[in-house]
Amino acid sequence: MIDPNSKVLLEVRDLHATVDGTEILKGVDFTVKSGEIHAIMGLNGSGKSTFAKVLAGHPAYEMTQGTVRLDGQDLSSLAPEERARAGVFLAFQYPIEIPGVANDQFLRLAYNTVQAQHGKEELDPLEFDDFVREKMKQLEMKPDFLDRSVNEGFSGGEKKRNEILQMALLEPRLAILDETDSGLDIDALKIVANGVNRLANKDNAIVLVTHYQRLLDYIVPDYVHVMEAGRIIKTSGKELALALETHGYDWLHSEAGRALGTQL
Amino acid sequence: MSSVIKDDYLTQLIASWKAEAAASAMPAMSWLDQLRTSAAGRIEALRLPTTRDEEWRFTDITPLKSALFPRASVASSLTGSDIARYTLDDVPNRVVFVDGQFSAELSSIEHDSGVIAGNLSSLAREHTATVAHHLGRLADFQDDIFVALNTAFLHDGVGIIIPADVSAAAPIHVLFITSQPEQTTYPRCLVIAEPGARATLVEEYVALRDAAYLTNSVMEMHLARSAQVQHMRVQRESQQAFHIANNTTVIAPDACYRAVSLTLGAQISRYSQNIVLAGEHAECAIDGLTLIAGKQLADTHTFIDHAKPHGRSQQLHKCIADDSARGVFSGKIMVRPHAQLTDSRQMSRNLLLSDKARVDTKPQLEIFADDVKCAHGATIGQLDKEALFYLRSRGLSDAAARNLLTYAFGGEVINRIPVASLKQQLEKLVLVSTQVN
Repeated sequence: MIDPNSKVLLEVRDLHATVDGTEILKGVDFTVKSGEIHAIMGLNGSGKSTFAKVLAGHPAYEMTQGTVRLDGQDLSSLAPEERARAGVFLAFQYPIEIPGVANDQFLRLAYNTVQAQHGKEELDPLEFDDFVREKMKQLEMKPDFLDRSVNEGFSGGEKKRNEILQMALLEPRLAILDETDSGLDIDALKIVANGVNRLANKDNAIVLVTHYQRLLDYIVPDYVHVMEAGRIIKTSGKELALALETHGYDWLHSEAGRALGTQL
Repeated sequence: MSSVIKDDYLTQLIASWKAEAAASAMPAMSWLDQLRTSAAGRIEALRLPTTRDEEWRFTDITPLKSALFPRASVASSLTGSDIARYTLDDVPNRVVFVDGQFSAELSSIEHDSGVIAGNLSSLAREHTATVAHHLGRLADFQDDIFVALNTAFLHDGVGIIIPADVSAAAPIHVLFITSQPEQTTYPRCLVIAEPGARATLVEEYVALRDAAYLTNSVMEMHLARSAQVQHMRVQRESQQAFHIANNTTVIAPDACYRAVSLTLGAQISRYSQNIVLAGEHAECAIDGLTLIAGKQLADTHTFIDHAKPHGRSQQLHKCIADDSARGVFSGKIMVRPHAQLTDSRQMSRNLLLSDKARVDTKPQLEIFADDVKCAHGATIGQLDKEALFYLRSRGLSDAAARNLLTYAFGGEVINRIPVASLKQQLEKLVLVSTQVN
């Protein structure tokens, strides 16, 4: 929802980042206000997943230039856990399997860590159990999810639902969903999208990193950005996603495309 | 024989054996005297292993040779409260040895359980034929110097007989306690599961003081047809101790043996586990977790011998090594020519928590049958970086994330322990030793 009076939540200026010495992000400018939903689209290798990981503080990526601010706070020197506690959440494209750690144990640990950060009350296992089961119902998750090891042996759809469950528990200020639609059938996609829509409110913001327009039928963005070669080369409304779906990405470089683009 | 250069260490042990040969707690029985005497004879023929021996390549026991501890002679008199922290709430059956001596006061066996358990010297009197049939016949002392020493110095031990078709509901806890420094004990345990018998056993080694001493232990186990035995083994000796142990288990047709072994203590430890699937459709699942730090060296050698067709074996061995600790795993699986339709799986997984920690792992398959399913593998690594990032991205500190992953690595083995109180106790122990702040 676009509200001209809402505050800037995330402000990225001229962001450059490298992995193993190779520059992947080459000057990203990106602004998100409270209450907004943004989609970042682009071809494989355009840098969109890297951007998501850099925002979450993945240690393999080095920020070499530029600024990233959340609520005015500089994120660049913060560890991943400090960003998480400040309200950044990344839903992983490939959620990690952790054998030997029960899902409920993991969820409670994460929940209580973030609660403690905000000076709120931590929940004991019994209290947490009631709390998490209620959230799970909304995502149509089976109760045995809690007893299984984190993501171990989960289907693609179960893993993605588990990510959204974590988002629901942690109530982030900024949720970045990296290819959350990949590997989902249409039913699972609807469940996940409903979950995300339920969590969106005027005080938080959601950034969808996606390859396909399909997800955007269910989570409707306020803005669509196109990333290419490590920069955002175009920003427009939700119609842009449909144009990309119909025409692909090449038209962005042609004369006709630019003409088309100005109409969007 | 003349080519064998005797260690001073063994020479002194032989001398002490001769000196105390007469002072046995066992009743004078010719078969037992013969057993001890022939084991003593093997000591004179064998020598202590060195790192030049293939089976001891990574395990240097030189520090042991320079510390000749006399055999424990007088046991501390302990009370129930001294050992309270080692007892298990849900395990009423307990056989306790303190400094090599059977403690009737600390032991307790529920007689209505149907299980015959106690000290060997009593058991050998009432069940002479059964004991004589197995004692010293399973664990090979002909070629193993430590088994030979244990057998030669065999005075008493733990005897457990689970009679045919008896299903022992409550586990049996065998507890070997060392309370005094600079002594050697020779724990010995004989477990006989008669046809169709079922039992769960906890074998545990603990120390009341942080001191140097030697435990040289031998456990022999026989599972008759269709018997089922679960065997938990917990080695938490003092951090300065030496622990050398042998377990030899023979499994008859349709019998099933499940073991979970934990190695936590001792400066140098060696656990040799030999399992013979001696009958068709015999089955074993043996898992192990070694958790070491400081300068500990822990060696686990296992040998699973598929001697008959339709055998199944599964093994997961894990090692977590911190500081400059060193883990050794050698897991040999033999499939003999007639052992067709064998199904065998083995995995060795190792986690190094520091740059100086080291693990040598050697899974070995020797297959002489042509219609078998065998899989084995080994991994050595550090904590998964992506998993660490995943946990941190959910707000967990780096230390908390590392602790959780390390604990989880060991937890996979701990979770297989079927005795609730023991599992809880070990969860806490592993939790404490995997947590850094």
